[in-house]
Amino acid sequence: MVAKKGGNRGGEDAEEELKREPLQAILLADSFATKFRPITLERPKVLLPLVNVPMIDYTLAWLESAGVEEVFVFCCAHSKQVMDYLKNSKWFAQPNFAVSTIESHNSISAGDALRLIYERHVISGDFILVTGDTVSNMPLTQALKEHKERRRKDNNAVMTIVIKQSKPSSITNQSRLGTEELFMAIDPDKKQLLYYEDKADDHKGTISLDKALLMDNASISLHNDKQDCYIDICSPEVLSLFTDNFDYQHLRRHFVKGLLLDDIMGYKIFTHEIHSSYAARIDNYRSYDTISKDIIQRWTYPLVPDVQFFGNCATKLERRGMYRASEVGLSRSAQIGPFTVIGNGTSIGSNTEISDSVVGEDCVIGSNVSIEGCYIWNNVTVEDGCKLKHAIVCDGVIMKSGAVLEPGAVLSFKVVVGQQFIVPAYSKVSLLQQPVKQDSDEELEYADNSSGIIGIPSISSIPEKLNDQFSTKLSDSQRRAGSEVGDGGVGFIWSLGEGGHEEEWRHSVAPIPADRLVEIIKTATDALEISNQDGNFLPPSGELEPDSVDNDSDEDARDDYSYFEKEVEATFLRAVHENVKEDHIILEVNSLRLSYNLTSTDCAGALFYSMMKLASDTPHDTPGELVKNVATVITKWKKLLKDYLTSIDEEIEVILKFEEMCLESTKEYTPLFVQVLHLLYNEDVIQEKSILDWASEKEEAEESDKLFLKQAEKFIQWLNEASEEED
Amino acid sequence: MDFQVVVLAGGFSKSLVPLVSKEVPKALLPVANRPVLSYVLDLLEQKSLKDLIVVVEGETAALSVSAWISSTYIDRLHVEVAAVPEDVGTAGAIRAIHHRLTAKDILVVSGDLVCDVPPGAVAAAHRRHDAVVTALLCSAPVSGPSDSGSSGAKDKAKKPGRYNIIALDPTKQFLLHIAAGAEVEKDIRVQKSILRAVSQMEIRSDLMDAHVYAFKRSILQDVLNQKETYQSLRRDVLPYLVRSQLRSELLSNGVQSEENGNGKDAMQNVKILPSQLLANASTPSFHELYPLGPDGSASMTRKTHKCCVYIANKSKYCARLNSIQAFSDINRDVVGDANHLSGYSFSVHNNVIHPSAVLGSKTTVGPQCVLGDGSQMGDKCSVKKSVIGRHCRIGSNVKVVSSVIMDHVTIGDGCSIQGSVICSNVQLQDRVILKDCQVGAGFVVTAGSEYKAESLAKKEKL
Repeated sequence: MVAKKGGNRGGEDAEEELKREPLQAILLADSFATKFRPITLERPKVLLPLVNVPMIDYTLAWLESAGVEEVFVFCCAHSKQVMDYLKNSKWFAQPNFAVSTIESHNSISAGDALRLIYERHVISGDFILVTGDTVSNMPLTQALKEHKERRRKDNNAVMTIVIKQSKPSSITNQSRLGTEELFMAIDPDKKQLLYYEDKADDHKGTISLDKALLMDNASISLHNDKQDCYIDICSPEVLSLFTDNFDYQHLRRHFVKGLLLDDIMGYKIFTHEIHSSYAARIDNYRSYDTISKDIIQRWTYPLVPDVQFFGNCATKLERRGMYRASEVGLSRSAQIGPFTVIGNGTSIGSNTEISDSVVGEDCVIGSNVSIEGCYIWNNVTVEDGCKLKHAIVCDGVIMKSGAVLEPGAVLSFKVVVGQQFIVPAYSKVSLLQQPVKQDSDEELEYADNSSGIIGIPSISSIPEKLNDQFSTKLSDSQRRAGSEVGDGGVGFIWSLGEGGHEEEWRHSVAPIPADRLVEIIKTATDALEISNQDGNFLPPSGELEPDSVDNDSDEDARDDYSYFEKEVEATFLRAVHENVKEDHIILEVNSLRLSYNLTSTDCAGALFYSMMKLASDTPHDTPGELVKNVATVITKWKKLLKDYLTSIDEEIEVILKFEEMCLESTKEYTPLFVQVLHLLYNEDVIQEKSILDWASEKEEAEESDKLFLKQAEKFIQWLNEASEEED
Repeated sequence: MDFQVVVLAGGFSKSLVPLVSKEVPKALLPVANRPVLSYVLDLLEQKSLKDLIVVVEGETAALSVSAWISSTYIDRLHVEVAAVPEDVGTAGAIRAIHHRLTAKDILVVSGDLVCDVPPGAVAAAHRRHDAVVTALLCSAPVSGPSDSGSSGAKDKAKKPGRYNIIALDPTKQFLLHIAAGAEVEKDIRVQKSILRAVSQMEIRSDLMDAHVYAFKRSILQDVLNQKETYQSLRRDVLPYLVRSQLRSELLSNGVQSEENGNGKDAMQNVKILPSQLLANASTPSFHELYPLGPDGSASMTRKTHKCCVYIANKSKYCARLNSIQAFSDINRDVVGDANHLSGYSFSVHNNVIHPSAVLGSKTTVGPQCVLGDGSQMGDKCSVKKSVIGRHCRIGSNVKVVSSVIMDHVTIGDGCSIQGSVICSNVQLQDRVILKDCQVGAGFVVTAGSEYKAESLAKKEKL
């Protein structure tokens, strides 16, 4: 309905189009990430409760209210659980809101998911692309209208992404949602996205914008204060683009950057900024915490606990932002602080303090318990005297008396924490053992994810299995697990992720500790001082810069060359030791030359270098022996070398190379320069003319450069005389 | 006002050959029959900035400039003319006269500037923010070097020229990045640290650095002393100050406390200063750090300095005479669209004909023309959009379109001059046809010759 309103304003064409096509949305019920592990090993992320309501309900409720008529829920990890949940919910029975599921077992990325959806041919027009962990109350009317208007003018405007003002912290450089800072360049008039850099790609101090951007636009705005809401309005082309570029996996890293970099097809991405409405995506534990608080503080209205938007039961808003369900057994002496939600059927013992927390349904919380900033899900038992601070406690957890959760701890399903046990900060405890660590290569993040699914067969049935195990005896592994979380406890403490302890605090539910902040500021200041000492942190501007850039590329070339040289040397040595045929060496060297994009002159130089190196590496005592070594090597391999010495230029290169060697790498040749040169001449490796050319070339060089020329003076003189005699 | 004004008048600019000569340095090139330097001096005089140092490259040029100033501005301005060696660059010129600089702030103005933006506005912006440097930016002239002139490339003809790439904060008060010269054609590299601090910046290519700067004297001299290789204010000093603004090596701790004070002021004014954003970051957790220890807080205070801009209104005229094309453009504009600058009162026909000028019968002088005193024109001549100097003798049947003719030029009958610049004492014999040419001083063009897009000059003995 809302969409139709947009159509009316947009003109009759759009209206017709809209009448024909209902507004569709794709909801990816899989984040294709592992940030919520270990919880997500047992339950899909979209079903995790956010202020006592599964995340997917927020997304679906928003889509429905925003006028979406058809939603395709893409299920992959734990697909059965998601489908079962939807089946048992009322979402399938809504009028004017069709929800259908698409199941896949082998998709490992958003790219795979979209390719699969493309094959199904279910999307007919523009659609909304969101993940099932999005919380928003933004109206789509305006954004859709803008998108469609742009589409009408320019068929290449395939995507509109929703952004929102959010300044990352200047200390940690991460947003309040715990995501990396984002740098974007946007055309201020057309709102076209021109540059997108999330995840400080490399630790460069500068952003480099293509010069072509300013050719087309008189001005560009660069933003560091926007947040990507991960709500995209896409044209059907987006799906086919994913199919065409089968290597696109990640929506932002591959798709958006791919389109921005590739100007051949000319596809454009635009942005739509929302100001008053809410939109955010739960990416990690920190955003889980932030968004929960936003919901409790009613930024997401009407998606708040006391409004029955879907599936949640009646909760009453009381003073100071406290929500309490109807049937809560609350002791008189219990103190419930502000911004706290207490779910249905929960009982709380005497002298217990709870603040800034969410407690789910049917929990039993004992006396003298202190809970601060925690997310306690359903059926949790917290015995007397426990202390919980900034932790996530999943369904069915039992905390025995006196247990302590330090900030950032995550207890997965049905973990039992033993008496008086202290769960260390940022630790993750699960009944499942941590999967064997894999390479943390970028690509493998997905593979890791999939293996997680495959590695644990029929994941949806695991909770039941675990139930059985509980009722019967504890298995061996669990007995071992017990010792990890104290006396009588059950669970494995996972070793920390790849980032290690260092990075864990960034994404945890716990606020960043103050001493950590001090540390960061210190390192930042140090870094600044270092860059100050460096002085030329940026190359000097103006006319000086071209030179410096040239130097850079020169250096690159030199690097290339030195690699090439090493490889040629290795090839040559192999030839020497293994008696490889000369033809084969030539073939190999040629292929090296091609792969490094060098000339045959370089080959001659490198080969000569390898030979001389071989000679000097062969054991010798006196310079005389060294010359002999050189003689043997040259005589043996001159045919090979000759193959590359087709012209005077290459021969000169060899002489120059030799000079360089004498100066830099193998100084022992320095006194032997003339002797070796003579040898090369005698062996017909180098012609008279090239020596003379070299000499005349060097005539003009600086004095310091003439060292060897002077050494060779007599020899050259002799050559000169010889040639005159011939004349 | 504790401002000292330095006018950099240049010398014999090579890019303006053949227009400049030994007798006429760049500063004295006529724009609507007045030396270009007079535009800057008049502008400063209007704003009661009367203590000036005019820096001229080369002794001979300094002498002629000095002679002209003392004859024209005697009793009106207090001008010191300082000669500096040639090719020292703008930074070198300031270095050479540094002992004369005493005021707290220095206003550096290019002597080839023709504009109506009050320099006082730049000075005021500078003072308001207590900036280290404040630059005047103006809209890039649309018909700059890229106009259908001798040098312009055709594909650029419709767009304004690109002189600078400039990044500003959202309030358009602070300069965050500037690229000039050859850098303009390269990829833009913006420092992340600055972007983080301001959170949003606007990159523009339609602004031009007008080469009017207000500098804090102590800072400017520090930079010039520390960085001996810096040659140009525009290309070296300004970009250096801009890119080091968040990690200043220049301000002592004494200035630092002042800086913090400013931050507070700005917060009250609800202005977003980059330094303030950095010093008082938005997260409350940051403030908690302050009491954590004197060491920690001491290392945290960052040395920053401010680089500000004053952006001239689009309706203001602003151009620099730094190329032959600019010379033609400025002459055209000053008698045309921006004729309030010329200081003449234009007639009802939108032109200026000096009373002592003599016109033959059926000779027409169109709008947007200036005809200097004592010039004579023969019969059936036509002058359009051109400036003709003093005491010129122009024959009959002569057409002058979009051209500049300096003083004492003799033009024979039947000549046609279009889009050209004719310097003083040139003689054009009969039936000469010139299109897009420059004719150097004292040159004689023989009868009946025809030139197109050429530069004609006497071979000077070097």
